[in-house]
Amino acid sequence: MIRRSSRTLKVVLSLGYAFLYLPLLVIVFFSFNEAKLVTAWKGFSFKWYQELFANRILLRAALTSFRIAALSATISMILGTLAAITLVRFPRFRGKTLFVGLVAAPLVMPDIITGLSLLLLFVSFQQLFGWPTSRGSGAVIIAHTTLSVAYVTAVVQSRLAEFDRSLEEAALDLGASPFQVFFTITLPLIAPAVVTGWLFAFALSLDDVVIASFVAGPGTTTLPMVIFSSLRLGLSPEINALTTLLLLFLSLGLVVITAVMWKTQRTSSQDKV
Amino acid sequence: MKKAFQKDRKKAPYDIFGRHEQRWIAAIPYGWLVVFFLAPCLLLLRISFSEGVLACPPYTNIFSVLSQEILQIRLHFSSYWTLFHDELYRKGLLTSLQIAGLSTFCCLLLGYPMAYTIARSSPKARSLLQLLVILPFWTSFLIRVYAWITLLSPVGVINGCLLRWGFIEEPLTLMQTPFAVCLGIVYSYLPFMVLPLCMSLSRIDQELLDAAHDLGCRPLKVFFTVTLPLSFSGMIGGAILVFIPAIGEYVIPELLGGAETLTIGRIVWNDFFANMAWPVASALAILLILFIVLPISFWQRWKEVRA
Repeated sequence: MIRRSSRTLKVVLSLGYAFLYLPLLVIVFFSFNEAKLVTAWKGFSFKWYQELFANRILLRAALTSFRIAALSATISMILGTLAAITLVRFPRFRGKTLFVGLVAAPLVMPDIITGLSLLLLFVSFQQLFGWPTSRGSGAVIIAHTTLSVAYVTAVVQSRLAEFDRSLEEAALDLGASPFQVFFTITLPLIAPAVVTGWLFAFALSLDDVVIASFVAGPGTTTLPMVIFSSLRLGLSPEINALTTLLLLFLSLGLVVITAVMWKTQRTSSQDKV
Repeated sequence: MKKAFQKDRKKAPYDIFGRHEQRWIAAIPYGWLVVFFLAPCLLLLRISFSEGVLACPPYTNIFSVLSQEILQIRLHFSSYWTLFHDELYRKGLLTSLQIAGLSTFCCLLLGYPMAYTIARSSPKARSLLQLLVILPFWTSFLIRVYAWITLLSPVGVINGCLLRWGFIEEPLTLMQTPFAVCLGIVYSYLPFMVLPLCMSLSRIDQELLDAAHDLGCRPLKVFFTVTLPLSFSGMIGGAILVFIPAIGEYVIPELLGGAETLTIGRIVWNDFFANMAWPVASALAILLILFIVLPISFWQRWKEVRA
């Protein structure tokens, strides 16, 4: 349904975008403000960036967060790919209906329930087996993995569904072992979806504050947890600087991804010719 | 012959892995989800039927072995009783439903014209415009909420400007209100509304609209009799995607809401951490799951009936 839109509609659309972007731009603007308060502009400075990089707690939390995100994304990438293969490829087996439900359910579960129920699980594990003795980052990794598996599965599943199996069949006919076929044919072909799933899981883990607050032990503090506790106390200009850096990385990443996508699109269309 | 072959294929999908390997591949994610997702949910259900005590952990065991032959199961419904009879929980449930409902409605009100305009633009512009809708979503969730604190706080941008320009004498209370919570939810979840709407709107057949036009229907009437009903599935899908995270939301009401916007999420958190009332918190969580499962199953049902 392509139609030229009336002026009113275009105004509404622009207002919608303004609503989405203005708040973020305000933060970027005030990250360069000399004053602590955002009520007045006191002059340009990089003061808050300096304070951000001098903030040990924040930096250490960022490091913890990145480690947890990388590990949980990797585990959920493996589990999610296996789950997607199970869902798309394998014939019906007993308990498959339950499996379909289990894979999709974390998508709609509120964070607060996922966090609460996992904490209850860890507490009863502790009582029953004496493990985990103190909930460190391991608990957070397990929790984030459970959350992200659903997303990885969904992404890989859609890729597998439109997958041409004749290549696999050919390889099998030529005498390759199943695992050879999987690692040399199937995996490279679904790799873009697997990587997308990993990125998704990574972003989810970096963004989560509720689940981490529930399951993390006293020694483990993730970056969102630090930000959350500082936001509870009110405004903090360091977060402005952090936001600006984040937006910068995000737009850079986006430019790279778009460039790569355009390039692959162009080469694939050239291949067709 | 061909049909028989297809049928055969459907029965046993061709796969590179044999039966034995398949079992192992399925078992790994299955086991993980059973241990770390299903078991915690069942545990939640179990604790919701236990009784709160001053101990560690602060609940009673509902199973007890009386002798070798008898396993006694004691179900306490007191937590559920509390949920429906204590003013705090009743109000919390109502507040959550109101805020989630109102935010969903506002998302629809703002998202529909946006999606409509996006769907009517050329395919190339459409993908760019859609990307622009998702982009803020990729910044951190906390930061998007923080942006609104910056704007709405008593020492925030809006109050600062209004004070300086002399429109007001005292800072307005914009934050710590249900209004701020709704605003935060609409801002955070607007993409969830716009994208499904875009999908269903751009799928509408142009010829239907042309036909209505040619038969003398006025544009506004075309919209209400053709476009709006055809985009209904997108509206429902978007509404569910906004409502579900909104009803269980904890961070937004905690940061932008005041003491009176005590939503289910906040009550669960407080009961669990501050009051050590684990059974009641669990019962509330179970109730929250029901609030989420019900709209989804209604939607599924509705889709089946339509199909």
